[in-house]
Amino acid sequence: MTLPTETPPPGTSAPEPEAPAAALQISHVSHSYGKRKALDDVSFSVRPASFTVLLGLNGAGKSTLFSLITRLYGVRSGAISIFGWDVSRTPGEALRRLGVVFQARTLDLDLSVEQNLRYHAALHGMGTAETKARSADVLAKVDMLDRVNDKVRALSGGQMRRVEIARALLHRPRMLLLDEATVGLDVKARADILTHVRSLIESEGIGVLWATHLIDEVRDGDDVVVLHRGKLLDKGDVAEVCARAGAPGMGAAFNRLTGVDATEGN
Amino acid sequence: MSLVDLSTPTPARGFSLAQYAICLRGVVWREALRFLHQRERFVSALVRPLVWLFIFAAGFRSVLGVSIIPPYDTYVLYDVYITPGLVAMIQLFNGMQSSLSMVYDREMGNMRTLLVSPLPRWYLLTSKLVAGASVSILQVYAFLLIAYFWDIEPPTYWGYLTVLPALILSGLMFGALGMLLSSLIRQLENFAGVMNFVIFPMFFASSALYPLWRVQEGSPGLAFVCELNPFTHAVELIRFAFYGQINALSLAVVLGCTIVFLGAAIVAYDPSRGMLMRREG
Repeated sequence: MTLPTETPPPGTSAPEPEAPAAALQISHVSHSYGKRKALDDVSFSVRPASFTVLLGLNGAGKSTLFSLITRLYGVRSGAISIFGWDVSRTPGEALRRLGVVFQARTLDLDLSVEQNLRYHAALHGMGTAETKARSADVLAKVDMLDRVNDKVRALSGGQMRRVEIARALLHRPRMLLLDEATVGLDVKARADILTHVRSLIESEGIGVLWATHLIDEVRDGDDVVVLHRGKLLDKGDVAEVCARAGAPGMGAAFNRLTGVDATEGN
Repeated sequence: MSLVDLSTPTPARGFSLAQYAICLRGVVWREALRFLHQRERFVSALVRPLVWLFIFAAGFRSVLGVSIIPPYDTYVLYDVYITPGLVAMIQLFNGMQSSLSMVYDREMGNMRTLLVSPLPRWYLLTSKLVAGASVSILQVYAFLLIAYFWDIEPPTYWGYLTVLPALILSGLMFGALGMLLSSLIRQLENFAGVMNFVIFPMFFASSALYPLWRVQEGSPGLAFVCELNPFTHAVELIRFAFYGQINALSLAVVLGCTIVFLGAAIVAYDPSRGMLMRREG
């Protein structure tokens, strides 16, 4: 599943990547909070127009990894690039190709859906006309166009998530990160969100990294990265990971890899 | 099947000046909108200085005399004297309120929306600072409008205009201080400490309520502290600007403090050097 890529050389200007790039490339990334190691030499990549599940229990390091990819934290060890643009050296070029849905809700509850999207568009330097057209487009994609003038506070949890996905797509990213996007949602809302995001791969042609602890969100044919206590245990498509683990399905493979019964409570 | 042509390069696009302007406008617009939606915040921002003006100053008007000191060329009423201090107080509280909202936004996640923008982080933080200062200036003019009906006004109407640059500068300084504090505060609960250790000492150990020569008479040590206090210089900058004058020392201190506070806040929010990453987890 990995596509080797070269990151642009360091320099004051942002040079154009020469080689075709992975949508997301994580290379030997480690991160610690004081003495506690949250990520230990993690490497994997996400292909463009593919769905990759980052599978790990709470505390696996998923959110830390997302914070590093989105440059909320600085990468101290290893490298991260988005379509060849190094997040540390050329953050502007890397982040403009990235859409993010964080685990915590990041919408402003007191503003309307349209106002939240307009704010996000401004943060990406999008003009008024482009913002209007694009807002209608992305809200239609997540079936939220009829709620455009509603205050976010009036929306359900699932609707808020859909608005967050629409917002993440507003600036036409080519890579989408979603961190536990279905947490706190009921079964139907979870399925709807997952279906929406999977459909984006075909309609928008973007790469998706879907972080979750819920094994039933993995489908045959997905790429999977298994993360446990900061270490990458395995990566590949579902069949490969299951075969290497000698397990009949992803749930059993995860249990064997981690030594934890993760199907409990799902 | 991949829908993306892997041979397609992803060229660097950079950002135009217009895009920077759009970002700034968006951040200011959002801050103003949030402020207007929070009517309680607007009312409380006005009530606080008005209580000082209508009750405290009225009560002490006959007790506290103020001699002729620059920029005044005649005796002034006590409520006229403390008005610049109350204006600075509005901006100080607004700066701390912004700080509180940044800590809240960081805990609740809204701050991440700002920080993952592809525009440079120093620019995003400066935009946030400008937005906060703009809101504080709106509050100040609302306060001055009410004070006008209390017969508190600059010697000429030009004073309302000449005070504007001073308000911008002091608003930026207090906003930058708030931003710096927000990067140092880990949890919302710790914010009460800011009230005790920042707002009250800054306000009371300054020339806001009494001229420094009076403090000097009572306690030379406290007068020295007051002279070091950036809040004192913000008050004096505003006081002189009301009268169409510039207090050069205060201007230099406020400008210098703004640069230092903002620079420190930018470093603190820098992903590779800042405090945030050491505090998570």
